[in-house]
Amino acid sequence: MVDWREKLKTDMSKVITVTSGKGGVGKTTATANIGAALAKLGHKVVCMDADIGLRNLDVVLGLENRIVYDLVDVVEGRCKLRQALIRDKRLEELYLIPAAQTRDKSAVSPKDMIRICDELRKDFDYVLIDSPAGIERGFKNAIAPADEIIIVTNPEVSAVRDADRIIGIVEAEQKGPAKLVINRINMDMVERGDMLAVADVLELLAVDLIGIVPDDQAVLVSTNRGAPIALEVKSKTGQAFRDIAKRLAGQEVAFTSSNGAGGLFGRLSKMIRVGNKNA
Amino acid sequence: MRSFAGLLNRGKRSAETAKERLRLVLIHDRSTLPPGAMETLRDELIEVISRHVEVDRSAVRLEITQDGRSQRLLADIPLKHVNHRLPDL
Repeated sequence: MVDWREKLKTDMSKVITVTSGKGGVGKTTATANIGAALAKLGHKVVCMDADIGLRNLDVVLGLENRIVYDLVDVVEGRCKLRQALIRDKRLEELYLIPAAQTRDKSAVSPKDMIRICDELRKDFDYVLIDSPAGIERGFKNAIAPADEIIIVTNPEVSAVRDADRIIGIVEAEQKGPAKLVINRINMDMVERGDMLAVADVLELLAVDLIGIVPDDQAVLVSTNRGAPIALEVKSKTGQAFRDIAKRLAGQEVAFTSSNGAGGLFGRLSKMIRVGNKNA
Repeated sequence: MRSFAGLLNRGKRSAETAKERLRLVLIHDRSTLPPGAMETLRDELIEVISRHVEVDRSAVRLEITQDGRSQRLLADIPLKHVNHRLPDL
């Protein structure tokens, strides 16, 4: 017999993959911070590191000393899924499944990912998957179980170009429409005309926006400590990640000048309306 | 010495240059047509249409435009001016 409560919970839970194409744009930082922000909102969240062989979500979350089992141990049956779940030190509702460090992507298949995520859906409101860079096996693994895809980019030519390629693949795989996070935007440079503005990136990529994160040295400091900046109440960058979490959870949060849109607010809000109409 | 492109870009903000370069590179990246296919397509289109109506071959234009994330193939095919003479009586 179907337990309707369990069924309802499974149907409501969301698997969201964070990817980018290009490396070094802030995927792992975004995954950790959006995960922490969602957990802070009271949702039960698991962040899964799908970057096998190059794991980092554990250090960004400050949980590297607690790892016993990893994703490949689960796939190969050396442990139960719950044994690989590491509970966060700060947030009761936040968990991590680390990637294996001594193996490569071929240790996991897209089918394995779908199976594990279906299992996690029973217990969690959100499963956030940190994808590796590139468009090879690791990326395919990461998007296979996804209900939604978040693409992280920087306002910079190579990152925008790679984001466009990923958006195309996500659409072709019928996982779209992808949602865009523009990370590391420097408003002073935008105002000088030396950095692509939010509106420029949206016009080029023709995709929905879900967040604008400022370029902020405090992110490095928080990563040094292994404490997500999303938990720093006074930080504007932390606020940017908290806003993304709220939007994911279905709340309407305006893109105002105080959360990174700067003087482009008018032009930007027009773009967003256009984007939503297409969605 | 400054290149011709450099001269053109002088005074222009680098973000503007980045946007223009990206616009072109994305059109190319998104295109599913292999290189040379546009020329072949143009020639074949002219050939088919010429069977029915006379085409001004040198003025035919074929281009791919962007419409959000989808692409559109636009063909502008001018027809040759035809004199509608009165039939010989």
